[in-house]
Amino acid sequence: MTIALSQFDEVRLDRVSRDFGALNALRDVSLTIRRGEFIALLGPSGCGKSTTLNCIAGLLPVTGGAIWLDKNRVDTLRPEERGFGMVFQNYALFPHLNVRQNIGFGLKMRGRPKAEIDRKVDEALDLVRLRGQENKLPGQLSGGQQQRVAIARAIVIEPPLVLMDEPLSNLDAKLRLEMRAEIRRIHNELGATTIYVTHDQDEALSLADRIVVLRDGVVRQVGAPKELYEAPAHFDVADFMGFRNKLKGQVVAIEGDRTILDVEGARISGVARERVSVGSTAYAAIRSDDLEVGEAGPNAIAATVDTIEYRGREFVGTAHSAGGLDFVFRSHVPVELGSRIHLRTEDERILVFAEPVQGRQ
Amino acid sequence: MDAVAHAPAVEHGPSLHQRLAARGIDAVTLLVIPAAIFTLLLFVYPFAFGFVLSFEPKAGGDWLANYRRFFSDPFLYKTIANTLWLAIPVTLVNLLLAVPIAFRVRLMRRQRLLTTILVLPITLGTVLVAEGLLNYLGPQGWFNRTLLTIGLISQPLKLVHNYWGVFASLVITGFPFTFLLTLSYVTGIDPALEQAAATLGANAWQRFRHVYLPLLMPGFAITFCLSFVQAFSVFPSAVLLGEPAGVTRVISIAAATAAFEEYDYSMASAIAMIMGFVQLAIVVVVLASRGLFYRGPASGAKG
Repeated sequence: MTIALSQFDEVRLDRVSRDFGALNALRDVSLTIRRGEFIALLGPSGCGKSTTLNCIAGLLPVTGGAIWLDKNRVDTLRPEERGFGMVFQNYALFPHLNVRQNIGFGLKMRGRPKAEIDRKVDEALDLVRLRGQENKLPGQLSGGQQQRVAIARAIVIEPPLVLMDEPLSNLDAKLRLEMRAEIRRIHNELGATTIYVTHDQDEALSLADRIVVLRDGVVRQVGAPKELYEAPAHFDVADFMGFRNKLKGQVVAIEGDRTILDVEGARISGVARERVSVGSTAYAAIRSDDLEVGEAGPNAIAATVDTIEYRGREFVGTAHSAGGLDFVFRSHVPVELGSRIHLRTEDERILVFAEPVQGRQ
Repeated sequence: MDAVAHAPAVEHGPSLHQRLAARGIDAVTLLVIPAAIFTLLLFVYPFAFGFVLSFEPKAGGDWLANYRRFFSDPFLYKTIANTLWLAIPVTLVNLLLAVPIAFRVRLMRRQRLLTTILVLPITLGTVLVAEGLLNYLGPQGWFNRTLLTIGLISQPLKLVHNYWGVFASLVITGFPFTFLLTLSYVTGIDPALEQAAATLGANAWQRFRHVYLPLLMPGFAITFCLSFVQAFSVFPSAVLLGEPAGVTRVISIAAATAAFEEYDYSMASAIAMIMGFVQLAIVVVVLASRGLFYRGPASGAKG
């Protein structure tokens, strides 16, 4: 492989801000990306993840802070001067150019000799496995093939940084899984430093070396996938990481590393991830996989079954408590709709968070 | 399986109603009837009538006599060149002005206000614009007086009752139309394409040359044709602002003279047919050249 990516050590975002009128789309986002890393920007829509990417690409000017590529400041450069490869959500392939011309566009704009363009485009075609399709127009390709062209077009210019803006969101579920593996393979082969924007935590967990969780234009947590999955630092991060059961209660006691909550009369004991004090309102967050049907006792709460779905290996159900809390739980045995059950889990499976501050922080 | 096995055998095919519906003909199709009648009465019939009339010369002679007269009399056949000499440069100037402005306006927030301002000259009509220009560009008009005052010229420029008067008037009345069409084509292109080109290293000129221009050419061809046909049928400004006996004796003046001064409707019809043919020829050439360009949807992704 002679697609050789430009050498550098790190890309650094230094308190990058972006205002849209009165709205702060991004506030003081600081992040250092080392060469070869695969970073996922994860968050719900409107959290500023695409804005961050567009600021790095130069498609949106930053209104505060700076972006550095090693010792060079790049946020003042025009997008064409930065040389970062970008893969767009809707691919943005040039509809009037065929696959070969699309991929070779960046090299042609740089005035490279034709022989070199042909050779590099051939390599890129091999890398994304599109040999034989090079004379087709984008409109004649399937969604997955268009995505491959978009990736090839972005990496053939050998950029220091590849930016991907929800590249899989327009694909169907099966193709999304295939392309996810494909993106990981290409990353492994090239070692391209990649920033990948997504709202899908599965994509972020499976692809990224590090995940940056954004919310309301603020970085909430940065960490390895395992770290975020097992130890989310905040309630909203937990919400995003699949903690679908959120039990609101009062802190009644703190005993060592266990925090005990009163939730509708039941005693729930878990591990505090944020500072909470006795008497304050707090949330116990439990992953739906960890909440199981069990006996009455510690860490068990009574609920009425609303729905139950067969999922092959197990059943996934929803239920509600007398106080109006909603639960998602799993069960190895079918349970009757409308029946009264007890849902429970282990202490270490319960994370306790302080009540989130309302509004933008 | 049982249901299939015991289903009664179908003995008749789909009804006429169903077969017509399958071809897209149903009760809704009837809604085109008013438009069809309108077109038939106000376009097809008069056109066919004029076409036949043009082959029945008033002064007698064979059926091609009108056409022979037109192409043997320089006073008549030169009107084609006169009209083209106005219509083609005017259309090109309008298009060349409209493109950069459309590219700027595409980024603006208050497009509606600008659109209103631009539509105004269309609604005012060519006569009012011609009268205005007559005063403004005339020897005693503001334009010449200003240039004389600041000493740029020592003699008033002759800007009306010649080619340039008609030219200016056609640009003013034709520009809004050309611009609005151009703007709609320019805004129809997915901005992500330009962003993609920029991240791939294309500078502003390269983005225009390699992305916008190829995608816009078919739209420009349509805009050219529509603007050209408008300019080709110039009449009021050629009479009011031009030199209707000389360089701006356009083909519509020749037709009007034949019809309303010589009362030779047959000759007038023949001139109208020639006028139509010239327009059609140019339009066909321009539209055929679209085949050289990509004509699919101007966005990268499937819908």
